[in-house]
Amino acid sequence: MKPTHPSFALELKGLRKRLGKTDIINGIDLSVAARERIGIIGPNGAGKSTLFNLISGRLQPDSGRIWLNGGCIDGKKPHEISRLGLARSFQVSNIFPKLSVFENLRCAMLWSLGYKYTLLKFLAGLDDANDRVMALLEMLHLAQQRDTLAMHLSYAEQRGLEVGITIASGADVILLDEPTAGMSQSETHRFIPLIRQATEGKTLLMVEHDMSVVFDLADKIAVLVYGKLLAFDTPEAVRANAQVQEAYLGSVAAQAGFA
Amino acid sequence: MRHLPVWVWAGYALTLVLAPLVFTSSHSQALLSQMGIAIIVCLSYNLLLGQGGMLSFGHAVYSGMGAFLAMHTLNWVSGGLALPVSLIPLVGGLAGLVLALPLGWVSTKKSGMPFAMITFGMGELVWAMVLMFPGFFGGEAGLSGNRVAGSPLLGITFGPQIELYYLIAAYALVSTALMYAFTRTPLGHMLNAVRDNPERVAFVGYNPQVVRYLAFVIAAFFAGISGGLAALNFEIVTAEVLSGTRSGLYLLFTFLGGTGFFFGPIIGAILMVLALVLLSGLTQAWLLYLGLAFIVMVMLAPGGVAALVVAHLRVAKAGYVRRLLPAYLALLATVLLALAGAAALLEMLYHLPLGAALGSELRLMGITLDTRTPGSWLGATAVMLIGLGLFESRRRPLVHAWAEVQQAMAQDTKRRELP
Repeated sequence: MKPTHPSFALELKGLRKRLGKTDIINGIDLSVAARERIGIIGPNGAGKSTLFNLISGRLQPDSGRIWLNGGCIDGKKPHEISRLGLARSFQVSNIFPKLSVFENLRCAMLWSLGYKYTLLKFLAGLDDANDRVMALLEMLHLAQQRDTLAMHLSYAEQRGLEVGITIASGADVILLDEPTAGMSQSETHRFIPLIRQATEGKTLLMVEHDMSVVFDLADKIAVLVYGKLLAFDTPEAVRANAQVQEAYLGSVAAQAGFA
Repeated sequence: MRHLPVWVWAGYALTLVLAPLVFTSSHSQALLSQMGIAIIVCLSYNLLLGQGGMLSFGHAVYSGMGAFLAMHTLNWVSGGLALPVSLIPLVGGLAGLVLALPLGWVSTKKSGMPFAMITFGMGELVWAMVLMFPGFFGGEAGLSGNRVAGSPLLGITFGPQIELYYLIAAYALVSTALMYAFTRTPLGHMLNAVRDNPERVAFVGYNPQVVRYLAFVIAAFFAGISGGLAALNFEIVTAEVLSGTRSGLYLLFTFLGGTGFFFGPIIGAILMVLALVLLSGLTQAWLLYLGLAFIVMVMLAPGGVAALVVAHLRVAKAGYVRRLLPAYLALLATVLLALAGAAALLEMLYHLPLGAALGSELRLMGITLDTRTPGSWLGATAVMLIGLGLFESRRRPLVHAWAEVQQAMAQDTKRRELP
């Protein structure tokens, strides 16, 4: 198999994953153009997080292929995929609890700035990293908490840091797994512009339950049901899709005021 | 993490330089030498435990291998090899490093419990090899040598203990500085990240195994240096230096000192030498006391001595010490009482099997105890139980006072932050 076109930022073909006796991902083809914003929706257990785990190397697919910027990445380890310019966030905050907020973000960008495993430079002298962390702190509204240990942040602040760690490396393909999970309505509404700003000019795949957020932020929407892609189209087309309405969207969209 | 201020380093260096001028007896100089050696190895152990979250049960393998290779090198120098004796500890360091290249690779493939198990297995493996290769390890008698070897540099032969002490102090200072510097580099930073959350480290581009491996090799290098210094210090190396017992001591005292702060293991190292030399001279049952101290610390102060010191320095800085003092003095009295009872019991227990040869009586703190009379047992038990009971009743006021002080300090901080 070859990628359809090397200009796609991310391409999946025939992706399958079975966990235990269940086909979690049951043959998915998906092509994402560079700088496209994709919202991924689907009922619980549709395989959204598993899809992210397969793309980011946390799980290995049983079959099928994944290309990132035209290069094949299936079978690669998470750190190898990360170095190729793909970053992901987690549904449950996955931060460095005993490091300060500042240090959390700095850890996340050291590799991409080329410092690797170096022993011969002092962190304090890494002006490029430290300046970028400060800018990122401002953007995340975490500048006040720069020296706070990550474990002492509030829940919403930890979600912000989670996204911050994800974008810190400057990766051009970003996967966000329910970035607003567990946030209140008002927190979510303050958080969305931040996500929009942070992923400006990047390819974004985002799992999200809040329909208003998805339809607001995404260029295209992928509907995942039982490990299969039910629809992949513009928000308007997906909203009008009878199959989608029947399978999933109808009830939720009605709640969100789309009916 | 902020930089340690310059005066801390100056004070550390000054202490190392002045210590033997204050404690001038040959016994205390020997103690100080051992402390310097222990400081290096405990700090290196904490690169694994405190900085990297790696609980190793086999760190003595690397310090021990350093000691053996240093001893061989010393004997080669005596035989005419042109290497200054002052560089022999570096040979020990390289021995630890080279051994860690393969063994560390296997160990750091895993983290957490599997890592601990593998290091334990490695320790047993190397321990078994001691008897398999008596040519290299000297069998049960070990290896010995004479550190006055080769041609002296500037008249320094390292014959007198004081000359060797300053060599050890120099190595301790430089090693401490290098290990501290390590924590400020990208690799040292990522080691902390791997400790906190290895999975996320992989998703920001680092291979957590490689980070652990590099740290392991570096720790082994410094452990080897301490082994090399020990070889020069004692002029004898026996298999005990790479035993599991020795690895356990490193773990125990690094923990007691405090793994959460860079300087914690230095406190631990000093405690280790005091315990091994002074406590063991004071009572034969010293290992019992050591175990007791370890259990109490794990339960009551898991941050070690360093965490206690830092917490109290903060209180002192905020000016709240006087609020805590009465509670502390009351608690101290109960601790001493409980300890006196416990010590009497432990000493009598320890004396029991010796009674046949030495008689049933023993003297402790000016009191004569008799292992044959129930009165001694009952009395000791009563003192201990009363002490423990009072301790429990006095502990609560202290916890209460402590919480109050912390609250007051938090309010002070808040007040300062308000515009």
